[in-house]
Amino acid sequence: MAIGVKTVERPEVGASYLRATLKGMALTFKHLVRPITVSQQYPEEKYELSPRMRGTHRMAVHEDGRAKCVACGLCPTICPANCIKLIPAEDENGERYAAVYEIDEFRCIFCGYCQEVCPVEAIHLGVHYEAAEYSRERFVYDLERLCAQDHPYTQLWDPEDPASQ
Amino acid sequence: MEPLSTTAFLVSAAVKVLVIFTVWLLVVAGVTLAERKVAAWIQDRSGPNRVGPWGVLQPIADGIKNFVKEEHIPGGASRILFHLAPVMAMFPAFVVFAVIPVAAPLPTPWGLVEVIIADLPIGFLFVLALASLGVYGLTLGGWASNSKYSFLGGVRASAQMISYEVALGLSLVPIFMLAGNVTLPEMVRQQQNSLWYILPLMVGFLFFSVSYFAETNRMPFDMVEAESELVYGFHTEYSAMKFAMFMMAEYANLVTASALMATFFFGGWDIPFWTGDNISVAADGAVVGAVPAWWITLLTAASFAAKTGFFIFVFMWVRWTVPRFRYDQVMSLGWKVLIPMSVVYVAILGAAMLALDAAGIEFGVRYALSLTAINVVLMAGIVFWLDRRRIILGAAWRQVRPQQARSRG
Repeated sequence: MAIGVKTVERPEVGASYLRATLKGMALTFKHLVRPITVSQQYPEEKYELSPRMRGTHRMAVHEDGRAKCVACGLCPTICPANCIKLIPAEDENGERYAAVYEIDEFRCIFCGYCQEVCPVEAIHLGVHYEAAEYSRERFVYDLERLCAQDHPYTQLWDPEDPASQ
Repeated sequence: MEPLSTTAFLVSAAVKVLVIFTVWLLVVAGVTLAERKVAAWIQDRSGPNRVGPWGVLQPIADGIKNFVKEEHIPGGASRILFHLAPVMAMFPAFVVFAVIPVAAPLPTPWGLVEVIIADLPIGFLFVLALASLGVYGLTLGGWASNSKYSFLGGVRASAQMISYEVALGLSLVPIFMLAGNVTLPEMVRQQQNSLWYILPLMVGFLFFSVSYFAETNRMPFDMVEAESELVYGFHTEYSAMKFAMFMMAEYANLVTASALMATFFFGGWDIPFWTGDNISVAADGAVVGAVPAWWITLLTAASFAAKTGFFIFVFMWVRWTVPRFRYDQVMSLGWKVLIPMSVVYVAILGAAMLALDAAGIEFGVRYALSLTAINVVLMAGIVFWLDRRRIILGAAWRQVRPQQARSRG
């Protein structure tokens, strides 16, 4: 429901106070008896989020459950908030993987550069906002946790309008 | 019916205290919820609705929360006064209700019991006295907190409440003149036999309600809290149950104010257009008027509750409509407008009553109607003449006027 904003002309010097008060009370009474409410019953009703909303991260995984990350180091490099900690490693086949991959969601500014720069489309922001925790430590998401997230990936652009025009 | 024996009187007094006080406390708790609901509805929200159906158990949840919360005493606070202040605020607010008659007398096997905790012969003077005591809690709370915001709140509380007490007392002088008494049951009886005082004392009601709004520190006169200026005024530094005690005092004052408005101007427990509830007890203990019955007592209690509830609603309605006054405007309204106008009003009504008495009109409906006519004229004068010149001047008054004069000239 759109809320209309009216510009009120300031009363002149000789304006009445009593009658203006009564007029205001008539207005508030109208609102009082109006059955419309703009409240949202939060846990039951939730916002419809935009597919481009940038929320907490999610790591894409292969079918066998391994993270898609190849530990190239681009995301910690581009991250303006310096919130990604990546220690690369190499397995017996010579493939690089992230031995440690941690994102500090408190430092993150949700700019989406990591998702944009990732060459294998591994790290993503997610359409998700309910990130409350009981301790500060829990806001450093490790690789396991990033892989376990199941909210939708953020779309960095609208597929029908890629240049955002 | 026989007058009560001493034992029956003591027992009935204890029962009355217990019943009225319990009901009254529940009402005070309910009013906190009602305030939030009314605020929400006026702002197109839905208000508290999580605890119990429609949120009716919210006051209990608030109470539990306030009991288990951490209590903080600011460093440098005057400890004794800091602990004393909430009690000082709460005590007068709770005691005032004792002199308000709640319903028609109740017949019991031991005699006729008046439904009022204490029918004090000084009646309204007691109310005024205790309302004045209430200012100590606020001022002490502000002073003892060792905080400049609290202190300013306390200073404002004392200045404002003392100024408006004068207007409050003066606005009720016409009632004392009309009723010839200051006890509240007597005023109710007088209104039953003539008209509700809202008609013959319309202007008095206007003055009384405005001053009582200021006296209870409710919007638009809540200079004492003024959260945009003083954080939360005198109870900025209070937490947990002490904060809750201040809030209870505020809402208790609100309920008392509404009950007083109903009693003084809207016939108290009187049911309109029905003479079946016109029961009173003469000085010799004889019952005058209708025959008392338990259902009449219940009906009149309901009538009193309805009137009080309506005024509680009006208090909230005004709070969520009218913006706060500036501090100097509050003071100038009190000293420059309300006090002189109520003095003039007392003089006019006194003259009118003298004239009516001289004309030989008996006290009754005709007497009240003649006073009503005078009041309608005065009210029209206030609304269309005095108020048009703006009783409370805006901040731009001095700047705007010369410009206007220039543009005209």
